[in-house]
Amino acid sequence: MKPLSLILLAAAAAAALPAHADFKADIAAIRQVGGEGKGNPQAGTAWHSLAKGDAKSITSLLAAMDDANDLAANYLRSAVDAIVDRELAAKRTLPQLDLEKFISDTKHNPRARRLAYELIARVSPATGEKLLPTFLNDPSVELRRDAVQQLIDAADKALAAQDKAAATKEFSNALTYARDEAQIKKVAGELRKLEQPVDLPKHFGFLTHWKLIGSFDNAKLVGFDTAYPPEKELNLAAIYDGKLEKARWVDVATANDYGMVDFNKPFGDLKGVTGYAFTEFNAAAARPAELRLGCKNGWKVWFNGKLLFGRDEYHRGARIDQYRLPVELKAGRNTILVKVCQNEDVKDWTKEWEFQLRVCDASGTAILAKDRPATPKGPAGAAKAEAKKGTK
Amino acid sequence: MNNVLKVLGCSKSRQRLGVRQSSAAFERVRKAPEGWRSPRPGGILLLLVMLGVAATASFASAADWLQFRGPGGTGISPEANLPVQLDAKSVTWKINLPGRGLSSPVIVGDKIFVTACSSTEQDRLHVLCFSAKTGAKLWERQFWATGRTMAHPKTSVAANTPCSDGKRLFCLFSSNDLLCLDLDGNVLWLRGLTRDYPNASNSLGMAASPIVVGDTLVVPVENDSESFSAGIDVATGANRWKRDRPKLACWATPVLVPDAKSGQPLVVLQSGPGLSVVDARTGQEAWYFTDGASTMSSSVFAGGVLYVPSKGMAAMKPGAAGVHPETVWHNNQLSPATASPVVLGDKLFTLNSAGILTAADISDGKRLWQLRTTGPHSATPVGFGKHLYLVNEKGLVQVVDTSAPEGAVVSTLDLKDTIIGTPSIAGRAVFIRSDKALVKLGGS
Repeated sequence: MKPLSLILLAAAAAAALPAHADFKADIAAIRQVGGEGKGNPQAGTAWHSLAKGDAKSITSLLAAMDDANDLAANYLRSAVDAIVDRELAAKRTLPQLDLEKFISDTKHNPRARRLAYELIARVSPATGEKLLPTFLNDPSVELRRDAVQQLIDAADKALAAQDKAAATKEFSNALTYARDEAQIKKVAGELRKLEQPVDLPKHFGFLTHWKLIGSFDNAKLVGFDTAYPPEKELNLAAIYDGKLEKARWVDVATANDYGMVDFNKPFGDLKGVTGYAFTEFNAAAARPAELRLGCKNGWKVWFNGKLLFGRDEYHRGARIDQYRLPVELKAGRNTILVKVCQNEDVKDWTKEWEFQLRVCDASGTAILAKDRPATPKGPAGAAKAEAKKGTK
Repeated sequence: MNNVLKVLGCSKSRQRLGVRQSSAAFERVRKAPEGWRSPRPGGILLLLVMLGVAATASFASAADWLQFRGPGGTGISPEANLPVQLDAKSVTWKINLPGRGLSSPVIVGDKIFVTACSSTEQDRLHVLCFSAKTGAKLWERQFWATGRTMAHPKTSVAANTPCSDGKRLFCLFSSNDLLCLDLDGNVLWLRGLTRDYPNASNSLGMAASPIVVGDTLVVPVENDSESFSAGIDVATGANRWKRDRPKLACWATPVLVPDAKSGQPLVVLQSGPGLSVVDARTGQEAWYFTDGASTMSSSVFAGGVLYVPSKGMAAMKPGAAGVHPETVWHNNQLSPATASPVVLGDKLFTLNSAGILTAADISDGKRLWQLRTTGPHSATPVGFGKHLYLVNEKGLVQVVDTSAPEGAVVSTLDLKDTIIGTPSIAGRAVFIRSDKALVKLGGS
């Protein structure tokens, strides 16, 4: 690039920035905010300055959310709220074209893009409607959800008109793009009523094939902090002294729509016990991913031998994607070990000793192993009967 | 009982609270409504704790409702002439909210503040400000939850009631996002407590509300795992103290009691095992109670006595470092359910899960009468003078005349919506938030 071009580019970039000189410093003050209140005084002062900006500063504030931590993003988005309220109250306009341009760049923070979309839809509902279909495969979960909803609405209309072929087509299309659990549940149910096959575990990316071992002691909840042999060595042929009998690894394949892995099935309805589940994930390439866990028992998860997180809460509820654990997949073999502790409570609603785990990206799109086995087929009706176990 | 009322010696001198003593406290006492218990030996303590409470409201007036259960966390308004005979015309205004919630409205002057949550994951956090007079929206700020948002369907992420010191608003959500704004919607500071302490959450949902004591915000984050309460600098959001708490989910909100020696306000932290009563500014424990307490229904302090939902109801005069709390009475037939107890005049009221309102004599805890109301109730009753407002989960508002020989429901109004949150009172009006709307009853 020629020097003149560089100068012009720099000038254009400077012109795009809000007028007040401290804008960059204010953004920096907000982006440095950290844990336990660190940086709050500076961020609060910067917020006051930024919130006084005009409409032209909105897209710069949105762009400042790129790679910002979640606290900083909240400072920035609430500053946008303040500016927008003031501008609209004064009957001034928002920079709609700039916002559309911002949305079109999917490298920006998905939540910032969603906010930009809502601003457009607020001042120009027609433009919002027009943009929606472009978000079907969007990294923003919320934008994608609204786009998919248009397909679901169209499918429902087709159903009401008794046009099963059109409904099947629209529902199938919706399922392809749907990442929202409630939408997926609705669409899968409709497709099954239309006698279409739906592989929900694959759609979600649930891991269905595991090695399980149990049971070790968890009387008085001692198991959570006790490192039993499966935490110390990976030996799937080993036999250990368990709480009640010899503990050995067994194969379990779940046919549950929501990938629920039930320890009670191989080991009996036990209380005060600890079990482990192990599986491998053969990744096509190295990439960032999330392990998403649902579990109402005490649990710990190790990925490639490293402890990711653990939680000693029992029977307060479980749901899909209850816990999101960021990981870096390496190409080829990755190992996942899950520890699941059952307490000694004997109430009916404390029987479950189970978990569900899937691998996906930040938008919830499944990442499938290269050698993913076929989803097990459960007994007739089992999927329907057990589906609700894995849902919210 | 005395064997379970224990005192922890505390020789370290306690730093005094940097608080202003507002004349508002004296106004509250002077304007005490008919039926309000007159000062007695414990009245001095009451006055002292009111001073402490007033310190939280240095910039507020006596008519404000600054926290869960309003003035002093009692649920009782010092105002008079609130609407008693309710009908459709009692609804002054009703405004739709952008999301769900069961937090109570907080009122400062003509501004009413409400929190809500939206989106399928309930991860959109809303803080809204309306004109109390007209219901017009003055401002709204949104935030994204930084903590987990899973909650039982009956509750939601906007469960904890905000609080105010009269110039700032402190909003806590079930996701443990803690937001501080001024009354004009300017952001002062933000915290993500689950972000800071990753195992601090409750998959059923958190709901205990913060209270502000002078320049310290006391935040209960009690749960089965990383359980704690913290004292936070209202100016910066930084921790003044953080105290480990029993690993047990708890939805009870702290209350203030006076230190029996100094009269300075102490914070009652409640949990299943009992109470830990701490200095607001240091978190240092002054005394504790180990005979168990409800994890749902919050204690109430009134007339110099602390009423604790504990195997029924335990009444005690607060202690201090080196001073035993004094048992007044215990009645195992006064167990509240979700709703917290309330003291109005010389009676203590509890609501059980079947909707039975029980009145007891505050002097000895003996049951006086029981009144069947239409339940189920989650909201705590609030009241003024001799009347209580009860709101059931289906939105039926019931006004109870507590001076009637056996208590009497004198009017009802069906708001036809799910209502779990406790009402608030200000400006001779009752503000009720449903899962969808904010309603003003009465006022002008």
